[in-house]
Amino acid sequence: MIRLGVPSKGRLMEQTFDWFADRGVTLSRSGSDREYAGRVEGAEGVSLVLLSAGEIPRELAAGRIELGVTGTDLVREKLAGWRDLVSEVAPMGFGHADLIIAVPDCWRDCRDLDDFAAIARDFRAQHGFRLRIATKYHRLVRAWLAEHEVADYQLVDSQGATEGTVTNQTAEAIADITSSGATLRANNLRILDEEPVLRSQATLFANRSAMGPEMQAFLTQLGAA
Amino acid sequence: MIPKRDKQSVGQRFLAAFRDAGGVEVAPDLLLPAESLLDLYGEDIRARAYVTADPIRGEMMLRPDFTVPVVQAHMQNGAEPARYCYLGEVFRKQDMGDTHPENPRDIEYLQAGFELFSRDPDADAELFALFHDLLAPLNLRAEIGDMGLLLDAVAALPLPDARRDALMHHIWRPGRFRRLLARFGQPTTPRDFPETDAPWAGLRSEDEMIRRIARLNADAAVAPLAPIWSERLDRLFALQAPADQVTPLLRDLAQDMPAIAPAVDRIAARLQAIADRGIDLSAVTFDASHGRTTLEYYDGFTFSFAADRAGWPDVASGGRYDALTRVLGKGREIPAVGGIIRPGLVAELEGAA
Repeated sequence: MIRLGVPSKGRLMEQTFDWFADRGVTLSRSGSDREYAGRVEGAEGVSLVLLSAGEIPRELAAGRIELGVTGTDLVREKLAGWRDLVSEVAPMGFGHADLIIAVPDCWRDCRDLDDFAAIARDFRAQHGFRLRIATKYHRLVRAWLAEHEVADYQLVDSQGATEGTVTNQTAEAIADITSSGATLRANNLRILDEEPVLRSQATLFANRSAMGPEMQAFLTQLGAA
Repeated sequence: MIPKRDKQSVGQRFLAAFRDAGGVEVAPDLLLPAESLLDLYGEDIRARAYVTADPIRGEMMLRPDFTVPVVQAHMQNGAEPARYCYLGEVFRKQDMGDTHPENPRDIEYLQAGFELFSRDPDADAELFALFHDLLAPLNLRAEIGDMGLLLDAVAALPLPDARRDALMHHIWRPGRFRRLLARFGQPTTPRDFPETDAPWAGLRSEDEMIRRIARLNADAAVAPLAPIWSERLDRLFALQAPADQVTPLLRDLAQDMPAIAPAVDRIAARLQAIADRGIDLSAVTFDASHGRTTLEYYDGFTFSFAADRAGWPDVASGGRYDALTRVLGKGREIPAVGGIIRPGLVAELEGAA
């Protein structure tokens, strides 16, 4: 049996259902909208597990599901050594979002990462502590800033409403996922003029140790083998 | 696999030798307040140290190194000169990137260390000789350097303060340093700072921004640094030679960069002091950039002993960290030099022999 984990609500769920429907596999919630059980038609030996998108990486790595749909951002953030645990079976073409660093738009002297690094140094000297970046993507942001040799900053954890942290003075900058940038603009934040830390999209992942003939057949049916 | 007991007994051997060398044994806590470590080392340490929470004391860190607690204890109640030694576990996460390492490194391992707080200029040689003699049977690759030499060379560049400060700050980040130096060698194009309707937000004040803009505007008028200076710096940073041959090479560089002459004298005296202790300098490599990629707080003499094993960290390393005592001492500074040996690696080398 192949257990397929799919985000349990919202647009991500609907677009995932559409993606599978285009490939002849009909996924649906069984019973009411409140029930997290699902049905699969058009494929043998596949069952549907509805989960929070954030839990799908962990469930895949633990082997409690064999296939899962989630963002590349979540897999890379949550699974250290992800390439050894899961394989990217198919990018699905939706759920596009970039992990970016944004600063207050009023910082007219901050265009790119070099400015940001210089401002972080000044800030530390002036305020006696490191400039704070609010994020929930600790590993990705830290690795990216280390690679670009930015020091003098610290990460502060923000699991939601991250765009509000600057106004609330609990952070000086943020690192978050954005698709259109509208929420950032509404909060007077501006994206640094750099390549994003990560370009993410909804992706079908498979547990590496579950790549048997059964899996091959299903992936072939999806056109993703 | 070497049993932990064997690593422990190798560690005890080093600890005994450190005691014989006058070290007073100290045993810092395993759980340390996270705040001062995070402030010192930044996110690098958060990525590598285990952080846990105490309901009353707040964030605590499983000891990631001994230097900070030993310095803190000394600054609270120590008298100089002081020699301390210790043996115990340190804990380091091995966060992997995209793949799992083939041979994951230990997340807890022993360090045996010696720290020397003294104003005696001979302290560097004393420490190096102590480590050198203890490790001599293992035929390790010994390298030394001196961050003071590089810092003096950069400080003496004919640059306005703002540019010099930026270079000094980034000396431990080679890529950023190289880009800055390249930029300072080019004519500056004045920047424009477009107005915005955005209201002021956040803790960084508008004043801070205005000061930085003024600095950048002033910087736009600065003439490019003559190429000869970055060439001299490149030559100095690239200098690598057996330690018995390095002094004339350094003196040669000091002809063009008189500002490094005092540092060169210091290095020559240190090398002499090391040789006087019976160490063959031809088997020690002097690498001017040694220490640039290590701990930011080494600001003078640095050393390391490495085994010829792929993927291994140094078997032993250390250096002078006056700057660290300056930060931890809140204005007070104590000259300090210290180093650690990883007994676990020594046990593996001895087990394989």
